[in-house]
Amino acid sequence: MTTKDIIKPENLVYTKSRILNDTPMHYCPGCSHGVVHKLIAEVVEEMDIQEDVIGVAPVGCAVFAYNYLDFDFQEAAHGRAPAVATGIKRLMPEKYVFTYQGDGDLAAIGTAETIHACNRGENIVIIFINNGIYGMTGGQMAPTTLEGMKTATCPYGRDTAINGYPLNITDLLVKLEGTRYVTRQSVHNSASVRKAKNAIRKGFENSKEGKGTSVIEIVSTCNSGWKMTPDQSNKWMVENMFPAYPIGDLKDI
Amino acid sequence: MSEEIKLMKGNEAIAHAAIRCGCDGYFGYPITPQSEIMETLMDEQPWKTTGMVVLQAESEVAAINMVYGGAGCGKKVMTSSSSPGVSLKQEGISYIAGAELPCLIVNVMRGGPGLGTIQPSQADYFQAVKGGGHGDYKVIVLAPASVQEMADFTALSFDLAFKYSNPAMILADGVIGQMMEKVVLPPFVDRLTKSEIEKQSPWATYGKPASRKPNVITSLELESKDMEQRNLKFQAKYREIEENEVRYEELACEDAEYLLVAFGSSARVCQKAVELAREQGIKLGLIRPITLWPFPTKLIQSYASSSKVKGFLAVEMNAGQMIEDVRLAVNGKVSVEYFGRLGGIVPTPDEVVEALKAKFL
Repeated sequence: MTTKDIIKPENLVYTKSRILNDTPMHYCPGCSHGVVHKLIAEVVEEMDIQEDVIGVAPVGCAVFAYNYLDFDFQEAAHGRAPAVATGIKRLMPEKYVFTYQGDGDLAAIGTAETIHACNRGENIVIIFINNGIYGMTGGQMAPTTLEGMKTATCPYGRDTAINGYPLNITDLLVKLEGTRYVTRQSVHNSASVRKAKNAIRKGFENSKEGKGTSVIEIVSTCNSGWKMTPDQSNKWMVENMFPAYPIGDLKDI
Repeated sequence: MSEEIKLMKGNEAIAHAAIRCGCDGYFGYPITPQSEIMETLMDEQPWKTTGMVVLQAESEVAAINMVYGGAGCGKKVMTSSSSPGVSLKQEGISYIAGAELPCLIVNVMRGGPGLGTIQPSQADYFQAVKGGGHGDYKVIVLAPASVQEMADFTALSFDLAFKYSNPAMILADGVIGQMMEKVVLPPFVDRLTKSEIEKQSPWATYGKPASRKPNVITSLELESKDMEQRNLKFQAKYREIEENEVRYEELACEDAEYLLVAFGSSARVCQKAVELAREQGIKLGLIRPITLWPFPTKLIQSYASSSKVKGFLAVEMNAGQMIEDVRLAVNGKVSVEYFGRLGGIVPTPDEVVEALKAKFL
């Protein structure tokens, strides 16, 4: 029996979504981005909405998200993705529009755009990757960096007297009338991956009904920035990130 | 049917012209002296008639990025603001130019720098024609000198923006925005249909059909050699625009010994100054650049090279910005002088004539 004999449709037990193309990802091994990209691809394929999805990529590690996902994409300026998505969705209300943003993008430079898009109840999905660090620029402090956590710009640990406190922006978004579904998920084991996928699917389904903004925070790892192995960073996330950013639905109307 | 003449402000004319020329979306943030543009649109409620979207954004930054999103979908979209707000939009304008998206930005200038004043000014000339934001890019800049031109240039700006996939700007000032004049509004044109958008802007993100690869709107190229190629493509486009799209108006230039160069409100003042000077026997003419970029360099060169013209006077409501482009065109052949008022003051025709005499006669 050769490899050729084995590769048959009836023997297939797992395959990646066709929406996730074959471009090799630039993400570090162990990074959460690849998993979340895969989930988006699966949801888009399962909902059969490839022709009707327009993604908005951030500035940050996911700046090249459009290289891996086979549907139309716009690359926004840093933090402006919710405004760009607003422009798209208002002019093409029949489309599924989502943003994909990191913590610096969404909770620092783009705080105003995030809060106001949610407050207007834009019928978009916001996928928020929170790993508590600026990965792309080399591991600087993020708004969500934990107290005492070391980064390139707080090398002795985040000191709240100097840097203020970790910003739990998702909790703030819950309070806005415009948000309909706000949830916090993770992708560090198979159970959490399944739940995160369900959350993403729910967000996309919500946006069709036109009842407000869906925010899906994914508490994530950045093992390169955290200077840990992927396995260590998963454990560190559970022990340190989850207490500050507890997993689960925060709002579901 | 005879043309319907209406009396309105320049700002109102832009709003009506936008609805009539098939604009798909307006995104803005209030700021004096241009708030009537969004107020008029909100009052007209075009979403009930043409389907045009009008949205008050949380900031000028958000508004220009909403324009980016809409323009990326191949839609006819615009924003408007005044000087401090246009400074905020510069990031977005750079990205729009870098992604080669068509759109209209209106700047009804007020005095600066900083919070400045709400009175009219032309001090954003450099910002408008030399770039404004980061990187090597150009925005097509039209300078209306009447309420009629506020209306006419709205549709023209969109035409040029789509022709070259480039942002276009109407650079007006508080005088043109606020003063009322008679205007004939353009006829209603239907908004583009989905299939027309797909034909006109095949690069747009209107949703990927199975028949094509994904469209991506971006200004990012990490490889320097690719980014250089992208820049060279931009520059080739800019040279084409400079070749094809220069617009200007000449007044009493045929026998002129001295030429005023002025745009927008200053040009209106200068029209009267030409009349006053001629009454005093001074052979004065006026060149009014209508496109500030591309600038009427060749026209000014030709007058500078003629034996008749002895000098140019750039008249601007700023400290002397356009004069640099006049000097580049004249290239030292004759004298180029400046007269202007600052901080929101509009010069009088008499002041212009006196300045001309003081500098040249």
